Amino acid sequence: MDFDDTREEAEFRAEARAWLEAHTTLRQPDDAPEPGMGDEASQDLVARAKDWQGIKADSGWACITWPEEFGGRGASAIQNVIWNQEEGRYRTPPNIFTIGQGMLGPTIMAHGSPTQKERYLKKMLRGEEVWCQLFSEPSAGSDLAGLRTRAVRDGDDWIVNGQKIWTTGAHYSDYGMLLTRTDPGAPKHAGITYFIVDMSSPGIDIRPIRQINGATGFNEVFFSDVRIPDGNRVGAENDGWRGAITTLMNERAAIGGGGAGLGIKELIQLLRTTPYGDGVALDDDGIRQKLADFHARSTGLQYTGYRTLTALSRGQTPGPESSIGKLVGAPLRQEMAAFALEVLGAAGTITGGDLAMEHGAWQRMYLTMPGLRLAGGTDEILRNIIAERVLGLPAEVRVDKDKPFSEIPH
Amino acid sequence: MLRSDLGEPMNFDFSEDQKLLQKTARDFLESNAPLALCRSVLESNETYSSSLWKGAAEMGWLGAVVPEEYGGAGFGHLELSLLAYEVGRALAPIPMSSSVYLATEAILLAGDASQRERLLPPLADGSTIGTYAVAERRGPVTPGAIETRFENGRVSGAKVPVADAQAAQLAVIAANEAQGLSLVVAHLDHPSVTRISLPCIDGSRDQGRIEFSGTPAERIGAPGAGAELLAQIQHRAAVLVAFEQLGGAERAFELTREFCMQRYAFGRPIASFQALKHRMADMYCALELARSNAYYGAWALHHDAPELAEAACVARISATEAMHLATTEMIQLYGGVGYTWEYDCHLFYRRSQWLGLLLGSLPQWRERLVQALEAS
Repeated sequence: MDFDDTREEAEFRAEARAWLEAHTTLRQPDDAPEPGMGDEASQDLVARAKDWQGIKADSGWACITWPEEFGGRGASAIQNVIWNQEEGRYRTPPNIFTIGQGMLGPTIMAHGSPTQKERYLKKMLRGEEVWCQLFSEPSAGSDLAGLRTRAVRDGDDWIVNGQKIWTTGAHYSDYGMLLTRTDPGAPKHAGITYFIVDMSSPGIDIRPIRQINGATGFNEVFFSDVRIPDGNRVGAENDGWRGAITTLMNERAAIGGGGAGLGIKELIQLLRTTPYGDGVALDDDGIRQKLADFHARSTGLQYTGYRTLTALSRGQTPGPESSIGKLVGAPLRQEMAAFALEVLGAAGTITGGDLAMEHGAWQRMYLTMPGLRLAGGTDEILRNIIAERVLGLPAEVRVDKDKPFSEIPH
Repeated sequence: MLRSDLGEPMNFDFSEDQKLLQKTARDFLESNAPLALCRSVLESNETYSSSLWKGAAEMGWLGAVVPEEYGGAGFGHLELSLLAYEVGRALAPIPMSSSVYLATEAILLAGDASQRERLLPPLADGSTIGTYAVAERRGPVTPGAIETRFENGRVSGAKVPVADAQAAQLAVIAANEAQGLSLVVAHLDHPSVTRISLPCIDGSRDQGRIEFSGTPAERIGAPGAGAELLAQIQHRAAVLVAFEQLGGAERAFELTREFCMQRYAFGRPIASFQALKHRMADMYCALELARSNAYYGAWALHHDAPELAEAACVARISATEAMHLATTEMIQLYGGVGYTWEYDCHLFYRRSQWLGLLLGSLPQWRERLVQALEAS
């Protein structure tokens, strides 16, 4: 048990670092933070991200885990972690390509036609075309297979009507991966077809969703008689759920990392500087007890992440047990934010100006965490995943599984 | 500074050799320490299982971290952590914490060459059981409140509660002398020592009271160094006890899962009800966080890292919480039978409190953690 890279890992890290050193500069503590997931991305940011992706692609540092035939370098999962750690230390724009490169690209590799692979993967890797994922619907969130957006065959085309929601980056995306209902007479999982859709097609209407934290990182996407050529179908007709599973499996691998934001260090700073009774908040026994509890849970999560890295380093595949990162982390950060506001008292309501700590970041965290507890699997879905796939407990009773989709009440 | 600021851990797990040692320990305990053994000590007047103690000695566990020159196995604390984990899984009714994690560690830490040479071999071969006699009253141990005195090579005072007071032949004692609080060692087979067993929440383990009346004793460590040494000993022991707690929590959780898979109600295994599935998912999360913190503690202990105080605190806090959750939920999910003497749930529920209070309770460790964070 130690904290060192293996020799191969150290060599790879040095190679990555040397390249980054030659192409950008180290991030500094007083650099302004870049927007994260769920924040809106400006046109300027999209342009910077595309430029940087092109530079990486020219030197073979784009999508390093992709096989060489698609432009990657066939890197291992642990090399990818090392690359992300190193890239994160340098001044680089945020990666707006994760959904495409991490989830949709692998789906096209697994289920796409040779023509689709040839046409889309290279431009996806270079960041020349940005992709979004059109999965969730207003009435199909946790129950994704209950989706109702219809696609009907019309000659060599399909005609799509319906609504998608929670689509990150739809407004700056060139292509989307779309799940549709093509056979409502079949059971829910057996009547779904997967398409690639050109986001500039007539009939697509993209509207931003304003979140409770004021940001608009997601969109609603409406489809009105949108035509998609049959050549854009990924996998067989009515067999789209298989591709959806591939995408979702890769979602778990693509998320992870990203522990940025306020943590214990900033909380201690707040407690040290907030007047409380005759002293400061950090003097108060009740507050100290709570701080210790937060810290022990935070380190537990952090070291659980180290165990996952260790498994990766040994060539093992982390399983669904990695679900605990978000299940524990999001409510923990929500509680920490609420606690910080509580300590500040009435001043905790102030989000700007001199009274606000960290320029109102605690309040923003308080308003952002409810979303994190829902995104990419709600707390409740994650508990089901742990219960069924890690602990092997019996699956939920499904009353809708074998019925024709059209007969399921909604 | 936290180790996490330093970099990129890629080897945060035990080695294959260490896991093999763990497997051997598990096999041995499955054969020699079924839960019936824990129950038999609980239901008898014995304070520990002497046959299992002999077995543990023969396996080399008691001297796991004692250097070979003093009759030990010369392993490190990573190995001892895994042994503690297996002892915890088995609810083994032996004085591991008193003798191995506390008394032996104290002598390794503070004893001089002659003391190590004399005192360690009998501890390592199990012929002497050690204990840790520090507390004197209710509530947390504070060095300033210790009334036991050490003068002219003799110790006087009453220590209570003392774990394994009946079984032990040697005690590490906190006592005041002119230069302040010191640690001393005394043999308990002297006529000036009186001891009694006290009724204890976990009857498979022992608590008692020891009174010293001018008992011959020798100091370990510098005069007046007692408070600092106590803190270090507690931190080291906390990591090892955390592994015992983790083992106990894990076994309780496994048994609960199995029970819920087999128990039918409303025509279904009760493990299929979402209310129970979600509770088991939460137990799993608590256990994994505790495991990760315990690993960090083992790393810090093994390397004698400057982060040991902080690492010991987080290991202790989350292991105590995980075992508390696992054992209270165990009874709740078993339902009525879980509340019977006949079922084993109460063995885990009792042991959870015994281990959770042994080195000081959660509020004290949380306070210590904040002090460690303030100092870093």
